[in-house]
Amino acid sequence: MLEIKNLHAAVEGKTILRGLDLTIQPGEVHAIMGPNGSGKSTLAHVISGRDGYEVTEGEVLYQGKNILEMEPEERAGEGVFLAFQYPVEIPGVTNTTFMKEALNSVRKYRGEEELDAMEFMKVIREKTKQLGVSNDMLKRAVNVGFSGGEKKRNDILQMAVLEPTLAILDETDSGLDIDALKTVADGVNLLRSPENATLVITHYQRLLDYIVPDYVHVLAQGKIVKSGDKTLAQELEKNGYAEFTDQAA
Amino acid sequence: MKQDTAMTTPFVDHYDSLKPSLPGHALPWMAALRDRALDSFAESGLPTQKREAWKYTNLRGLKQLELNEQALAPQPLSIDRAPSLLPEGQAHRIVFVNGGFRADLSDLAALPEGAVIGSVAELAETAPQRIEALLAQHKDSGDQPLVALNTAFMRDGLLLQLEAGCKLSKPLEVIHVNSAEEGVFAHNARNLIALAAGSEATILEHHIGLNGAAYFINAASDVTLAENATLRHYRIQAEGANAVHTSTLNGHLAEQSFYDAFTLSIGAALSRNETNMKLTAAGARCHLNGGYLMRDKQHCDTTTAVDHLSPQTACREVFKGVLDDRARGVFQGRIVVHPQAQQTDGHQLNKVLLLTDTAEINAKPELEIYADDVKCSHGCTAGEVDHDALFYLRSRGLLQETAKALLIKAFLAESVSEIGDETLHELFLEKISDWLAI
Repeated sequence: MLEIKNLHAAVEGKTILRGLDLTIQPGEVHAIMGPNGSGKSTLAHVISGRDGYEVTEGEVLYQGKNILEMEPEERAGEGVFLAFQYPVEIPGVTNTTFMKEALNSVRKYRGEEELDAMEFMKVIREKTKQLGVSNDMLKRAVNVGFSGGEKKRNDILQMAVLEPTLAILDETDSGLDIDALKTVADGVNLLRSPENATLVITHYQRLLDYIVPDYVHVLAQGKIVKSGDKTLAQELEKNGYAEFTDQAA
Repeated sequence: MKQDTAMTTPFVDHYDSLKPSLPGHALPWMAALRDRALDSFAESGLPTQKREAWKYTNLRGLKQLELNEQALAPQPLSIDRAPSLLPEGQAHRIVFVNGGFRADLSDLAALPEGAVIGSVAELAETAPQRIEALLAQHKDSGDQPLVALNTAFMRDGLLLQLEAGCKLSKPLEVIHVNSAEEGVFAHNARNLIALAAGSEATILEHHIGLNGAAYFINAASDVTLAENATLRHYRIQAEGANAVHTSTLNGHLAEQSFYDAFTLSIGAALSRNETNMKLTAAGARCHLNGGYLMRDKQHCDTTTAVDHLSPQTACREVFKGVLDDRARGVFQGRIVVHPQAQQTDGHQLNKVLLLTDTAEINAKPELEIYADDVKCSHGCTAGEVDHDALFYLRSRGLLQETAKALLIKAFLAESVSEIGDETLHELFLEKISDWLAI
């Protein structure tokens, strides 16, 4: 469903990704781990279409389509969702307005009927109940004054509402205490299905205790230097990344 | 002062022939007032960019209007409905079409006792002393060429006078409709507002151009609030795309009085909204807030001057602007804290979003502080739409244009939230949504 072939990408003329290959099938959970500066977040941003990243070589196919040619909103329509490392605060826009716009935008893209306010509220109530998050969040401006945990929960709620087929979690665990981490992981697990895939990007192994991956990849110096199953994450936790940074250098 | 006579001539030349048609022409005091104003205007001319207060706004475009005598006469227009923004029965309503009062479109029934709301032209006939007293309020306002022009040629406008303790429970909607099938025109609306001790009113004033007619509106408003009086004054300037709109408001605020203003400017080819406030006694407060949305080659000038003349006075200004295409914005905010005005609290914030590289903002905050125990702050920023926020919204599926519009609306919402009244607050947000087409 996601095929990344020989991906090279640069930011402000500086090459970050140097020939990354990755294939993800439906139903799989992949984890990408690596030291700081190895290109983890760059990968997440290139897949989701953020400005400022220049792909110099290689391709990214999603469901057989070249998504590098698409606008970020088209990628969202195709089913790609990025949970942000630092969800953005948007003063003056309520969560409800934002999520209704978002849901109707992707529905429109997918050729589905847009929902009216009543229908939308029904969806929202269902999802908040399913995830066990409070409705209070809806009336507030997007992420404004939210704690770190609330911001991440809000991202997961958006994910539940938009029903993506590929969820990318970019360092979702950063700055979360263990309880918040569990809530977020529970949410992600709840949304897993044989049709959906998840790409977890993280520096630490602890998130992977809760979102158990099928595959673990080590990213160093811009490419994947080792792949394995979940036991690789435990090894990394024990031995650190030194081995890989030396090797790639 | 050297002046551009081509811009002054049409007014000066046609004064004598128009004079007999102006309201109150038979009243000696009124005729004398107009004559003096005309002399003063002829002497100074229309303000040019040589004046510091007009550094960034040029009225030269008025020349192209080629105003003749006909253009300065009343312009009839047959409309049978005023484009009201508030539902029937929920507001008192006064309507001016091309500057002239239209009783048939107004609704001034059921005013509370102690309230006089009406047409300046009509009251100049029926209650000239009232007009004389109100026009005398601000004769010390100094060198103001546009106010002088207005005084010389004014034909009509709103008169709002409340006796002590009188409170308008419903807002007063003041609608100025401007339109012409053909030709150009100019008029000078004069609004006289005086609230006696403890009285209160809310005004929703909107200026609407119905088509692309070219016209020049030069409005002047005199506002006096006695002790403990409150005036909430919310304005929408949506003149036609070829209009020039200038507005000068002079206010005097007495002890514990409160003037709360919000002005949304979206119309006119060129507009200038000038507010001069004198805070004359302890506890006097003014809020001069607003927002503007400009595109194409529109020019919008917001100029405020607040004089803190007494201890313990306060002003707060929050202006937010959005400039697209080649639009230009001007913000001049002057706060003068006079030596006796200890414990002044002044706060001024001006933020602008520039949507293109060709849009332009000229901002000039001026703080003159002659007292030592004061709290005064000002902030001024110009920037573009937040890239991180834009990407966040787009990554959730929102089209770039929708995401941008949502962020622009949110940006302006901060200043609109200064409007306390919920219905009016919503109404201003709707106007902004309309402009953004969301």
